[in-house]
Amino acid sequence: MSTKVRRVYGYLAEFKNASQLYKAAVKVRDAGFKKWDCYTPYPVHGLDDAMGVKRSVLPYFVFFGGLSGVLPAIALAYTTQVGLYPTVVQGKPANIFTTAAFFPVMFELTILFSGFTVLFGLLALMGLPRWNHPIFASKQFARVTDDKFFIAIEARDAKFSAESTKALLAEIGGDNIELVEDDSE
Amino acid sequence: MAEATTQSENNTNGIKIPVLQREELILNKRSYHWITERICGVVEGRQPFLWWILFIPSALIALVGVVGGLTYLVSTGVGVWGNTNRVMWGWPIVNFVFWIGIGHAGTLISAILFLTRQNWRTSINRAAEAMTIFAVMCAGIFPAFHVGRVWMAWFLAPIPNSNAIWQNFKSPLLWDVFAVSTYFTVSLIFWFLGMVPDLATIRDRCKPGIRKFMYGIFSLGWRGGNRQWSHYEMAYLLLAALSTPLVLSVHSVVSFDFATSVVPGWHTTIFPPYFVAGAIFGGFAMVLTIMIPARALYGLHDMITMKHIDNMAKIILLTGTIVGYAYLMELFIAFYSGAKYEGAAFLFRIDGPYWWAYYCMMGLNVLSPQIFWFKKCRENLWVVMAVAMCVNIGMWFERFVIIVTTLARMWLPGDWKTYSPSGVDVLTFVGTIGMFLALFLLFLRFLPCINIAEVKWTLKESDAHDEDKKAHPDDGIEVIEAYQYELHENPEGSAREAGIEIEKSTAES
Repeated sequence: MSTKVRRVYGYLAEFKNASQLYKAAVKVRDAGFKKWDCYTPYPVHGLDDAMGVKRSVLPYFVFFGGLSGVLPAIALAYTTQVGLYPTVVQGKPANIFTTAAFFPVMFELTILFSGFTVLFGLLALMGLPRWNHPIFASKQFARVTDDKFFIAIEARDAKFSAESTKALLAEIGGDNIELVEDDSE
Repeated sequence: MAEATTQSENNTNGIKIPVLQREELILNKRSYHWITERICGVVEGRQPFLWWILFIPSALIALVGVVGGLTYLVSTGVGVWGNTNRVMWGWPIVNFVFWIGIGHAGTLISAILFLTRQNWRTSINRAAEAMTIFAVMCAGIFPAFHVGRVWMAWFLAPIPNSNAIWQNFKSPLLWDVFAVSTYFTVSLIFWFLGMVPDLATIRDRCKPGIRKFMYGIFSLGWRGGNRQWSHYEMAYLLLAALSTPLVLSVHSVVSFDFATSVVPGWHTTIFPPYFVAGAIFGGFAMVLTIMIPARALYGLHDMITMKHIDNMAKIILLTGTIVGYAYLMELFIAFYSGAKYEGAAFLFRIDGPYWWAYYCMMGLNVLSPQIFWFKKCRENLWVVMAVAMCVNIGMWFERFVIIVTTLARMWLPGDWKTYSPSGVDVLTFVGTIGMFLALFLLFLRFLPCINIAEVKWTLKESDAHDEDKKAHPDDGIEVIEAYQYELHENPEGSAREAGIEIEKSTAES
């Protein structure tokens, strides 16, 4: 507790608007950085390509999430209606020909499980929730959810160096360049 | 009205070209910061006096009606409701279908209008989704207590029990359990995920303390990095794609409760589309009913513009007309099918002791929205509010007509009863209205009522290529709307002719 180690998180630079950020992102990407991110108050379309971010894999998760919903629905319907507790009501016998009557439940459970997969899959992919993040140490960063645009290049990137990274950010139009230090430990 | 021309600072040639241009979604060229300030200001500032004037009675009505009414019902027995033998569904199911229908507009706005790229949805989707959640909560109360012994309501779920009895999966009532609970859960996920970036906005503006802590918890540590946005946008798209068939299925399943029974007046194939259209119709009326006062109360006119209200009025006109078509088609098929009992059921609706309910339904749902054919009426908020209230009442009567008039005349004359609700019925229903309003007012008080991030996204300068567009040679040419050109620049000539001429002249130069 007595010794406070300040660890460098990386450089943070502000950009004027979405257009400037977009052009800067292309240059950071071409400079070969991997551990960096653009921070924006709203989703800027096209930034994925400019940053070289791949399409989200979430749809694949959700496909299997949906499957995991329809299979128990089928199992539940058949085991209870045909196996455990067969009833002949509404003129519908309890056998394979009753399948059409089970569709609504299958459909709803598919959607329900897919919905949960979206929620938990998204949280897993974003690495959230988390209590804190080193980048919150920056005072100016609080405006990112309001009207400011930032690029942060992390110190753990292989290409990071105290001088040249700062110079790069200045060259591509970054203002208020700040060395963000993590003082959590 | 909107400033419809776009001007840039270096207007070099000053050519004016009349074009039909989309009205801007956010008026007066508001900045990102202004949007943040205005929406967060609702949550951060003191509530206006009117908020308390509305909240205290709503909360009291909810307390007396829902908590008091239901406590009385549980302690006495479900017989305190006016449900009689044969009209055993009575008001509780009327209210259930009424509330669940209202929710549908929220999902339509958040999911279907998202998939169809209707960007105007961004200003209203958050409040409409909140409305969905609260309406489904109100709806859920009725079937849960309508089972008679509410402590046995868990029997609705397929859970192994000591009697070794299983639910009937062939019954639409069980489908309803799955549909409504899925609908509530997925709507809640959609609403919450949509709110995470905005909660982060409030978190970042709070002073350290309990408020910052709470908003911090619910914003999950959102940072707004593009690597997050990328997944987030995909999740939003997926939820929209899942919710679209879901919302259509929910009211279809509700309509199956009626349509799969062999009862004249209910056993018709038109029910699912008719119910879905009616649900969206009633829901949009409720969106207008709560959004127009909220807009005035918090000064959100630049974000919820007349354009939004105009669009919603048009949807009400469309769905109201679809509903009117369904009413007439029901009558026509009852006649054309030659089915004696079907015909008798509809004659009973029109000419029986509930004729007033039928005419309320027809007049309020089919005729009142027709006024929206006129632009002047769509632009007058009093007219819009009046029609929205008509539709709210009319849609309740629609469910009353469908449920009560049908059950009051089933196959056997010995079953024929005239139904009237009890005081507890009325108390509980009024209580749910209070509960709905109180919850919505709390939502306005504590949560961002407009989607901050998405509204910012609709601004022109949010386009990553905005500056490149400004560098284009066409930039700086003043563009005015064609009809404004007709009004202001060329009052005598016809706009069409003027448009053609101008186009020619610019093409030559």
